[in-house]
Amino acid sequence: MLAALVRFLGDFELAEEAAQDAFATAAERWPRDGEPANPAAWLIATARNRAIDRIRRDRTLAAKARLLDVPGRVEDDITDMDDTPIPDERLELLFTCCHPALSLEAQVALTLRALGGLGNDEIARAFIIAPETMKRRLSRARSKIKLAGIPFSVPPQHLMPERLAAVLAVIYLIFNEGYGGRGDLAAEAISLGRVLSELMPDEPEVHGLLALMSLLHARAAARFAGGEPVLLADQDRDLWDRELIAAGRAGLERALALRGRGPYVLQAAIASLQCDDPVDWPEIAALYAELARLTNSPVVELNRAVAVAESGFPQAALAIVDGLELDDYPYTHSTRAELLRRLGRTPEAADAYRRALALTDREPEARFLRRRLALL
Amino acid sequence: MKYAMLIYLNAGSTPALDEAEQQAVTAEYYALSEEPTCVSGGQLQPVQTATTVRVQDGQMLTTDGPFAETKEVFGGYYIFELDDLDAALEIAARIPAARMGGSVEVRPLVEVARLVEG
Repeated sequence: MLAALVRFLGDFELAEEAAQDAFATAAERWPRDGEPANPAAWLIATARNRAIDRIRRDRTLAAKARLLDVPGRVEDDITDMDDTPIPDERLELLFTCCHPALSLEAQVALTLRALGGLGNDEIARAFIIAPETMKRRLSRARSKIKLAGIPFSVPPQHLMPERLAAVLAVIYLIFNEGYGGRGDLAAEAISLGRVLSELMPDEPEVHGLLALMSLLHARAAARFAGGEPVLLADQDRDLWDRELIAAGRAGLERALALRGRGPYVLQAAIASLQCDDPVDWPEIAALYAELARLTNSPVVELNRAVAVAESGFPQAALAIVDGLELDDYPYTHSTRAELLRRLGRTPEAADAYRRALALTDREPEARFLRRRLALL
Repeated sequence: MKYAMLIYLNAGSTPALDEAEQQAVTAEYYALSEEPTCVSGGQLQPVQTATTVRVQDGQMLTTDGPFAETKEVFGGYYIFELDDLDAALEIAARIPAARMGGSVEVRPLVEVARLVEG
């Protein structure tokens, strides 16, 4: 509904106000007059009318560029709009919210607000910032959308790869915020991914991302025990969400059938293999190698090293880790420590655990590292 | 909407161009100004020709050159009339300075308010 209003009004703030007005009117009228046959169409028509009233009341608003094209009042005739199809403009809204001309923080906040339907205070809480700060951030972003002419449209084909990547990155960022502990955000990201996969059914990376998030989230309940992170091998598989794993794998199949081989598809394939028993580590190592070629990411190389070690080659894995320029990353050192421990190089392993401890600021992980250190 | 493309040149990192290359770049700038959506544009003389003016307590103060020491100097601008920011960003990416160590700042112009028929 918000998407349709933004398209019509060309203004985020006005659309949100109008939507609130419409819901208030509905709350007052529906119990009295009965619910209209097409409640969504009724709400949109009412919201439009409220917005037009507002514009007429406020001449300074009327001066704003896109509002000049406001057409006449839509008649409030409830019986007339039963068959009116409501165009689904969530995709346009998503591409506007994730436009690269906006800061990443703003993209995330706008997406949660406009498509996730989260309130300002909820978003502020999720990102641990003051509600006032979030309000300003959203307001600045809305204002830039309007003044800079950020289009409300699905990008043309030649811009699509870059712009779709931005949308996927925003959704995955929201998911990772949730994966770090705030489960509601992870669920929100999965629901955004599901919407996107319905709206763009032919994009393999869209299915890849949804599959990846589903497969990771399926293991969420087993990842921590008493507040401590649990290694994949030690996780209680009964806590895994089998339904979500099946959904994730179906999405992965879909992506592969569309000949997807992008970063999200590869990560989903890895996450799927990790749900097998026993885990095919050599295959995972090969997928990480492919992913590293695509992304040039040292973090991916670090993960490849883990898979190589799990395949039975800790020495080769250590060589990969030692070749990485990723010295400020705690997992580089905790991985090194684990490899050195397996190779019987205990004093070096202890040093590496201490290095990892010095770099980590998450208490559960610090506890985990101290325990590993004590076990040496 | 009208967009200003503010072109900043990075003197330090601009590779030395031979005459033919310089001509090709000039031709690119010229081609942009010939676009039907280009409203106007201008190239500035080098920053050494600049004079900065300030008025303090009614007194005019003039100084030679630009005030701040910056690597990027403002070198010229275009004004384009375009549908939206995406169209503006595509034009901006075609401006040679953007790939030659400089940058292009895209800024919408304030639209002169028109009254709506009530």
